[in-house]
Amino acid sequence: MADPILEFRNINTHYGAVHILKDVNLAIYPGEMVCLLGGNASGKSTTLKTLLGMVTPTSGEVVLDGEVVNDKPTSYRVERGITMVPENRRLFKRLSVLENLQLGAYLREDKQGIESDLERIYRMFPRVKERLSQKAGTLSGGEQQMVAMGRALMAQPRVLLMDEPSMGLAPALVQTNFELIQQIHEEGIAIFMVEQNANMALSLADRGWVLQTGRVVLDDTAESLLANPDLRKSYLGDAGGH
Amino acid sequence: MTTAVKAKGSKKTGVDKFLTLLRFLLIGAIAIGLIAFVWQQIDPNNPFARWRNPDAQPLTAEQIKGLVVTGLSQGAMYGLIALGYSMVYGVLGFINFAHGEVFMLGAFTGFVTSNKLADAGLWEGGAFIPSVIMTAVLAALIATGAAVLMERVAYRPLRGSPRLIPLITSIGVSFFIQNAVILLFGPGAKGYPPNPEWLQKKRRFDLLGDAFAFEVEGTKLLVLVVASFSMAGLWYFVERTKTGKAMRAVAEDKEIASLMGINVNKTIVTTFAVGGAMAGIAGILWGLLFRSVIATTGFLPGIKAFTAAVVGGVGNLGGAMAGGVSLGTAEALAPLMLLEPLGVAGPTQLRDAVAFLLLILVLLVKPTGLFGERLSSEDRA
Repeated sequence: MADPILEFRNINTHYGAVHILKDVNLAIYPGEMVCLLGGNASGKSTTLKTLLGMVTPTSGEVVLDGEVVNDKPTSYRVERGITMVPENRRLFKRLSVLENLQLGAYLREDKQGIESDLERIYRMFPRVKERLSQKAGTLSGGEQQMVAMGRALMAQPRVLLMDEPSMGLAPALVQTNFELIQQIHEEGIAIFMVEQNANMALSLADRGWVLQTGRVVLDDTAESLLANPDLRKSYLGDAGGH
Repeated sequence: MTTAVKAKGSKKTGVDKFLTLLRFLLIGAIAIGLIAFVWQQIDPNNPFARWRNPDAQPLTAEQIKGLVVTGLSQGAMYGLIALGYSMVYGVLGFINFAHGEVFMLGAFTGFVTSNKLADAGLWEGGAFIPSVIMTAVLAALIATGAAVLMERVAYRPLRGSPRLIPLITSIGVSFFIQNAVILLFGPGAKGYPPNPEWLQKKRRFDLLGDAFAFEVEGTKLLVLVVASFSMAGLWYFVERTKTGKAMRAVAEDKEIASLMGINVNKTIVTTFAVGGAMAGIAGILWGLLFRSVIATTGFLPGIKAFTAAVVGGVGNLGGAMAGGVSLGTAEALAPLMLLEPLGVAGPTQLRDAVAFLLLILVLLVKPTGLFGERLSSEDRA
């Protein structure tokens, strides 16, 4: 297997005195799809924020392309191909759809590349093209999800982190949303997804981790996770992880 | 705030009743004043005008046009200062009460530079325009520097603390700058050198026919032209450039802005710098128009520009400009067109009262300002 793009080596994080992530090790390889499962307050969002440098670990190493990036800012990591579709999409609601997409490419200087990526996103999400001059806050939830994905793709990511992509979407849209994620994945972009809808996520993913109160308790292929009786009980049953 | 309470259908309290009464009183007074004014213009000898003041005269068209021009030029300066309040509020969510001092520093830079240039014989002579440009650039630079320094030294260390703390700090910064200026220049008023003859002269414009012809003093015209260009430049910067886009993104969501790769600290500094430059330009315009500056010059225009920002809807740039112009115009017109017909004595001395009554009126009727959006509960302090 190729070298991982992103790695956690014995990561520990704290919010004040609260110990969130405990000796977490993980690795994301080029082009794969991984999902991270876990209950509330298990440290899923902290994992994503630590990968991006929005949270600084108290010990351990965040490694990007073999380089320790603990003290590098978010922009450094975004420039090197790591970006995120945040929870609840978090579009700039008062900016136009086009401006949102352009901000995704904020660190890029190649005007032509940006133009052709915009075209690519319009092909992927024809609905977005119709709404370019509208304020992002006026779009429906499904459309906002498309813009959020488009905005992330504008950064030309190699690894796309997704924080609860189906949260807050109408049930009918959840399926479409996963199809879009699949489509992005097929372009060769590695996807690291935190998702409550464990069944759906695992059926697409190659591998999965389960996080429990800050520790990785399971690390396996998606197939065997789907078959794991303990996991079925806690995440895949009727409770659905909510 | 009252509207939000009422929306939940709770019972009207005594305070609500009082506020409603206040709304009716203010709006009623404005309506009666306007009616009395129009009546007086149509029939100067109407019984109401005679009863209130036997010597009352209607305003001539020339007088009204003059008031409008005065109001607009004054308002343009308020608008320029208000932009700084509004932008900083948009990005950091607090009112920088030291912003009026940034304006005052601009006016003081203008005082020093213009007098140096006058001593060199350049001010009133042939090189007036280059001199003014140089003075304005220097004033803008000093004001920008002051605003940036203020952010770095006083506000950045307080980032993340409760909002009341930077607010109180800004009042402290304001006192500090005022006293530093007194230490440097003394407490007295400082004069600008006289403007050249051709600038002071009144000019007549009758582009729209004789009925709309009006005369403007050259200095006021200069203020209006420079202010309009500055505002247009700022609008272009914020709406059309990449940095402006980053600024609006930071104003909305700092965490996601940094996820886009935007340097949030740098963007906040830019915001202070641009607001400072606008205040600096307003300062030099103020100096050219009133030709006098004192360490406390920043106080009243600063508070009024803050009022203008609230009137327009704080955080909204178009609103800040519109608020400034409305405030300046209201200040100029209301004394003679509302207060005098109502029989208020010495109305022209009540300009400041008019400005703050306008603030109260806007807060009573539309608390989010003329162009403001309702702030969500998480946006609110």
